[in-house]
Amino acid sequence: MAQIRVENLRKSFDQFTAVQGSNFTIDDGTFFAMLGPSGCGKTTTLRMIAGLELPTEGKILLDGEDVTFRRAAARDIAFVFQLFALYPHMNVADNIGFPLKCQGMGRREVRERVQETTRLLRIEHLLSSKTSTLSGGDRQRVALGRAMVRRPKAFLMDEPLGALDAEFRHLMCGELRDLHDRIGATTVYVTHDQLEAMSMADRIAVMNKGRVEQIGSPQEVYDRPASMFVADFIGSPPMNFLRFEGGLRSGDRAIAFYDTSIAIREIREDRATAPLALGIRPEHIRFADAAPVRGEVFGAEYLGTTQIVTVDTAHGRVAARLPSNASVRIGETVGLEFHSERLALFDASSGLAIRTANEGSACHG
Amino acid sequence: MTAALAKSTAHSIVEASPRSKAVAGSLVILYAVITILPLLWIVATAFKSQSDAIAYPPKVIFEPTLEGYVNLFTVRTRQTPDFIAKLPPPETWYDKLVRQRDMVIAGPSKVVPRFVNSLIIGFGSTFLAVFLGTLAAYAFSRFRIPLADDLLFFILSTRMMPPVAVAIPIYLMYRQLNLTDTRLGMILLYTAVNVSLAVWLLKGFIDEIPREYEEAALVDGYTRLQALRKVVLPQAVTGIAATAIFCLIFSWNEYAFAVLLTSGEAQTMPPFIPFIIGEGGQDWPAVAAATTLFVVPIVLFTVLLRKHLLRGITFGAVRK
Repeated sequence: MAQIRVENLRKSFDQFTAVQGSNFTIDDGTFFAMLGPSGCGKTTTLRMIAGLELPTEGKILLDGEDVTFRRAAARDIAFVFQLFALYPHMNVADNIGFPLKCQGMGRREVRERVQETTRLLRIEHLLSSKTSTLSGGDRQRVALGRAMVRRPKAFLMDEPLGALDAEFRHLMCGELRDLHDRIGATTVYVTHDQLEAMSMADRIAVMNKGRVEQIGSPQEVYDRPASMFVADFIGSPPMNFLRFEGGLRSGDRAIAFYDTSIAIREIREDRATAPLALGIRPEHIRFADAAPVRGEVFGAEYLGTTQIVTVDTAHGRVAARLPSNASVRIGETVGLEFHSERLALFDASSGLAIRTANEGSACHG
Repeated sequence: MTAALAKSTAHSIVEASPRSKAVAGSLVILYAVITILPLLWIVATAFKSQSDAIAYPPKVIFEPTLEGYVNLFTVRTRQTPDFIAKLPPPETWYDKLVRQRDMVIAGPSKVVPRFVNSLIIGFGSTFLAVFLGTLAAYAFSRFRIPLADDLLFFILSTRMMPPVAVAIPIYLMYRQLNLTDTRLGMILLYTAVNVSLAVWLLKGFIDEIPREYEEAALVDGYTRLQALRKVVLPQAVTGIAATAIFCLIFSWNEYAFAVLLTSGEAQTMPPFIPFIIGEGGQDWPAVAAATTLFVVPIVLFTVLLRKHLLRGITFGAVRK
């Protein structure tokens, strides 16, 4: 298993820059998720790590060794594709044994290793099946088997659950994480599904337009988003933004929001008056009659344990997550109270977070 | 839907009614008869005597003879019956057959070397065109090639000119290069013509094979060429077979260039067949015999590859 280091990685296709200057280190044994909307450069980054694409600039280090221009086969990494890419002219055993055969391993040893792998994945009974007869989940297990059998330095997975149906995806999420822990692998996992990333990963890199916006644990990324993009991309419904203009002084514990004042964690930055955005997660909003920020209830979405209530305020529409037993009437005027310890503050023009107390290790990418 | 219910339904959308099936079936049979009839006529003519072959009204029932085939493979001279009577008794059945018509065999005809030429040139150029075409199509399909679209168009444009238009330049070029009337020259020419078709057809087929297969192989330890050979090619077999048949049919049947550029050594069957002359003009049974034999390799090749062809003929449009 290995540490993966990416330095100033850049990739351009003609006019279009897919990845612009990424820097990050993936520690040995980490389950690392790259999360972002389609076209954000996450897959390109993964393919460069795999050696399926050559970078325009920058370096890729595997265990400290520069492998930037080494061909894929010589990197000792395994790749799991979204569409599985099982060789259609081979059966399950041949598919899984294929990488070993490539290395020139003896037939007997290949068979043993294949059996060991299929036991681990609980697909021993499928060994002689044709791949075209398998279900989506089993195909994915075979693809994983083919990746694992070689005991590579790292697993690279490109939306491996994207082609499965929702119910199965959830099951495979658990299986994948379990497998990762059992073989102590370094896994780089690309997905656009925040739930997958949040539930499986040790660390998440959120990417947007070819840049890494934030790298952190799922908690850090959720609780202390480094940018408005991250705050908006992660969480469902996403974080609410209330835009306003104001100046900040280090040490302040409140902000002037239009004609009222809102309590917030201690500010650690000085700012001249500029457009700002106050970020509030829906679950950090309560209805309180006395609260100065007021609005009219627009709609309610019942979700079982909670409900999402949208409220039209003078500064924009706000979604609040309330207990499902709270009675809400559409059209009524309510006051919104925010959980002051959990508010986030952003520079609305650059989109970057403004430092407040307990900022922790969140970093800008 | 149960069978009973299906039967009770007057008009099923997916299932054709018996009547439309019958109409479709008879149309197919009619078409088959129309296409097969000339072929049968040729095969039959090959077994007719000279006079039966040109009889009017045409004879459908006749006494079969191997004269046509014997005439195709031999060169004969006419002799007086006295001369023939003095000869030692005929050694073979065909000697006998010829002597019945007051002739003796003077030697083998040129049909065998011509046929060998056709085989070598046809299969040689097909192999080359498909080989080069596969590599080019793979490159066009998988790599970012500057001006790829223009190059592809350029490749196709070589096929837009009729042979007549390029015949004279090619003839002059070949004379300079000493390629006229050589097998190599014909192989090169047919390869050049076929390679454009091969690139275009195969690019379509290879485009439809997901890249992930070979990328998986690349990660798992193959080099690019190994991945091409062992992962891409097995999946492109359908397309390669279809392309090979198209290329072979072209180079096998090609007439214009063959007439112009070959006369002796490298002459292929198409220019040879029409000039099989017997006594007093065209020897139709021999021509028919040559044509029958000429069709055999193509039929064999197509039958051998038909499993792939059936899927490949749709140009890869409905792979899976």
